Amino acid sequence: MDALRQSKVFAILMLVAVLIVIWYLAAIWLNAPVILDRLSREGITPDVVDLVVRTWSYNRPILPAPHQVAIDLFNSTLMLAPANKRSLIYHAWITLSATLMGFVMGTVLGVALAIFIVHNAAANRSLMPWIIASQTVPILAVAPVIVVLFFNLLTGDNLIAQMLRLNSDGAQLVSKGVISMYLSFFPVVVGMVKGLRSPELIQLDLLRTYNATGLQTLRLLRWPAAVPFLFASMKVGVAASLVGAIVAELPTGAQAGIGAKLLIGSYNGQTIQIWSALILASILAGLLVAVVGLVERATVRSMGARP
Amino acid sequence: MTVVSARNLGLTFKTDDGDVVALSDVNLDIEQGEFVSFIGPSGCGKTTFLRVMADLEQPTAGSISINGMTPAEARKKRAYGYVFQAPALFPWRTIEKNVALPLEIMGYSAEERRQRIARSMELVNLAGFERKFPWQLSGGMQQRASIARALAFDADLLLMDEPFGALDEIVRDHLNSELLKLFARTQKTIAFVTHSIPEAVYLSTKIVVMSPRPGRVTDIIESTLPKGERPLEIRETPEFLAIAHRVREGLRAGHSYEEHA
Repeated sequence: MDALRQSKVFAILMLVAVLIVIWYLAAIWLNAPVILDRLSREGITPDVVDLVVRTWSYNRPILPAPHQVAIDLFNSTLMLAPANKRSLIYHAWITLSATLMGFVMGTVLGVALAIFIVHNAAANRSLMPWIIASQTVPILAVAPVIVVLFFNLLTGDNLIAQMLRLNSDGAQLVSKGVISMYLSFFPVVVGMVKGLRSPELIQLDLLRTYNATGLQTLRLLRWPAAVPFLFASMKVGVAASLVGAIVAELPTGAQAGIGAKLLIGSYNGQTIQIWSALILASILAGLLVAVVGLVERATVRSMGARP
Repeated sequence: MTVVSARNLGLTFKTDDGDVVALSDVNLDIEQGEFVSFIGPSGCGKTTFLRVMADLEQPTAGSISINGMTPAEARKKRAYGYVFQAPALFPWRTIEKNVALPLEIMGYSAEERRQRIARSMELVNLAGFERKFPWQLSGGMQQRASIARALAFDADLLLMDEPFGALDEIVRDHLNSELLKLFARTQKTIAFVTHSIPEAVYLSTKIVVMSPRPGRVTDIIESTLPKGERPLEIRETPEFLAIAHRVREGLRAGHSYEEHA
């Protein structure tokens, strides 16, 4: 019993249970006025139990109850074929593919920038302020501009478009991926600059005594020393990437994806659908971070970390 | 053959608080096959001198040659192996991979790497620990691994910067006698920085006593102890104590200079 009480799973489940209780109470508090108003127009005065049950089963609630969201999530994921456009899996995959593409591009860009910054004194002084400034731009405001710009660039009549020959789905994917990249490269740059600079002076001196080239120093010392920093950055980056993909779908009139689902839900007042899309997005984020964590554990173990 | 030759060597660090003279007017020759210890209090420039030999610091006055070359040329020819105060092993590499590090950089073939790893591990008595990671070894074993790494590519000159400074006395005694055996077997030239008088006298064929502010040589003592392997008990002989006494006098002279200044 004590072991159970001290386990991580128990702690997490306790927290979830507390949150669900709060959620149910909030559903009563937020939905009751609407229901009382409607019932009073019909001349009905409900008793307390009746009111509570109604607040938890109303079909257009201000705040849907957890079980309503759970049932909707279940029905729209597991009860429909993944290719069905009403299936949340279908929308999640659209968003996930943009997320992964942007995450890979962002990580590569971040690592490349960090290597450049660490090896070039001018880049070190000039680039970092711009990189930081890039993240102060409100992404929600510039996302539509960037998405539309890239979409036109990739489908229009120019060299890049002719080289890549993307169809409109592909162009949409890449232009959303750009927003994900924009958000995810930042933690990678910051982490990797620190990581590539993490070797001790004595280790750098050692390689100097061997007359090692800059490339050898990078490959044999700076890169392996930066690996733990890379994974910490990638965990932040992958979550930011998902946010970027959703944000890219929100204001651009996208027809598919979690962002589009959120937007359509809010147009139609379908709060239950909004919430199930939100919950799915957070499950997705959790899974992505967990996958990065698993790769990290395997990598760090192969690099001889203490178990 | 003269391996190291320094003439009027000086090094001044420019800092925000003004100039710091780390070395001033150092004249010294190290011959092939000598074991030379540099001893003196902190700030006497003994480590700086070693780093100048290794081309890790640039002198600001005088001249120095290693095997007739500048330190930079000697470094590019991989003429020396350097052992730092800390083992500086790469934690993500096993011990054998750490020993292989210079060999990889210098482009030795896989077969030659294997042979050289085996031989250097043997020389420092670490055979059997090839597949361990650094954290699985004690501090003394880690420092032995770092010596194996410096031996792996067969440089004739070994520069050692207080390699046993962080170890306890018993381990240190043991490693000192191991080092002497290694010195006798490999015929290398060794420059060894320390601040322990017994260590300097026990190991060296020549002891360079230095004093601080500015860092300079106050005495150079040719050891009368037999060259090659020496039993640890030699440290109780009158001959040993006489040399130790002279080293101590040299250090004291350096200090009194500082007090009058």
